[in-house]
Amino acid sequence: MKAPTAYRALAATALCYALTFSGSRGHASELPTATVTTIELKTFMFSPSSVTIPVGTTVVWKNRDAEPHTVASVEGRFRSGALDENETFTFTFDSPGTYRYVCSIHPQMIGTVIVVPAHQ
Amino acid sequence: MSDHNASLTRRDALQCLAFGGAGTLFVLSGGVLTPVDLAAAADHDTVSAGKPLFVQISDTHIGFSKDANPDVAATLRLTIERVNALSASPALVLHTGDITHLSKAAEFEAAAELLKGLRVSELHTVPGEHDLADATVSEYFTRFGKASGNRGYYSFDHQGVHFVGLINVLDFQPGGLGTLGDDQIAWLESDLQGRSPSTPIVAFAHMPLWTVYQPWGWGTADAEAALVHLRRFGSVTIVNGHIHQIVQKIEGNITFHTARSTAYPQPAPGDGAGPGPLKVSADQLVKVLGLTSARIVRHPQAVSLTDSSLA
Repeated sequence: MKAPTAYRALAATALCYALTFSGSRGHASELPTATVTTIELKTFMFSPSSVTIPVGTTVVWKNRDAEPHTVASVEGRFRSGALDENETFTFTFDSPGTYRYVCSIHPQMIGTVIVVPAHQ
Repeated sequence: MSDHNASLTRRDALQCLAFGGAGTLFVLSGGVLTPVDLAAAADHDTVSAGKPLFVQISDTHIGFSKDANPDVAATLRLTIERVNALSASPALVLHTGDITHLSKAAEFEAAAELLKGLRVSELHTVPGEHDLADATVSEYFTRFGKASGNRGYYSFDHQGVHFVGLINVLDFQPGGLGTLGDDQIAWLESDLQGRSPSTPIVAFAHMPLWTVYQPWGWGTADAEAALVHLRRFGSVTIVNGHIHQIVQKIEGNITFHTARSTAYPQPAPGDGAGPGPLKVSADQLVKVLGLTSARIVRHPQAVSLTDSSLA
């Protein structure tokens, strides 16, 4: 007699997941969903200079200048080594928040990464 | 006498601008550190005007290999030959930073090996931002940090002149200019405390301690907080690199002077989209690289500078 109850609970759980899933799909076109985002370092600028990404997203910075650049968090959360032309630096953002960073060689280059919760 | 020295200083400054060359010799003359073109210093009686104090080299960028200079080791070797060939060689060489291009261990090792060729008894360095670009900011300090207890700033005395090495490339604020920071400024104040105003001061750092061009970050945001402790001295000479070209300013008793690179030139402030290596023809390159020599003159006590190209 217990088995059917368990099945009912399982079915309800499955339905709940299905609803949740379709719910988040409904937002998919509005929320950023990429798991990898690329920012280029070009003509002494981060491009784009500001990105908004969901938690868990990996950001890849690629230096397109002949001059070396770095990616250095103002709050000390991450710091690349010197990136020569076409070299990349990768960091995965696991916590929501606003992360400001500069090129420590050319600190007039300023960028921001805004990390938002995955499901809102 | 001091008028004579002052006019000499101005003439030398004009001379160094005219040559636009590779190196600068600093001569302490009548309380003022005067830059003298190195080529002129080698065969000119400016050499007799005071004793050699130091030679400044800067921005060697070992590891750089792009079009603006595919062989920066060769131009550094040439610079070292010029220093060693000075008829009255100074005891000190100051390297005002950007020893390497990418802060790589192999670049520091190659640079150290090349700099061993200098026939001087002391080499003093401060780091440039290119020397602190490794992820752990440790390669420079591992090799050159001892003099400063790994802080980057330190002082010493030589020939009656007080030398202060400062670091303004560690704490960048978003927006660009270099920063000395409160701790370093407090240290500077106590380091200078009790010293006689007649003691000539030579301060050296990588980035200019005056704002040469703000949009490119060519300056130090809190320089004024340091300068207030220097103004009471009769002769203050502040030398730096970073911008790879000679720019000089005299403000009261303080002479500001930026040296050429031994690696590659950069554009004049505001000329083009941004700073960076400037490609010139191969025969022009040695004319825009160089070093600076300093001499000291005793009556009155002053430092004079000479810039010399590698041409």
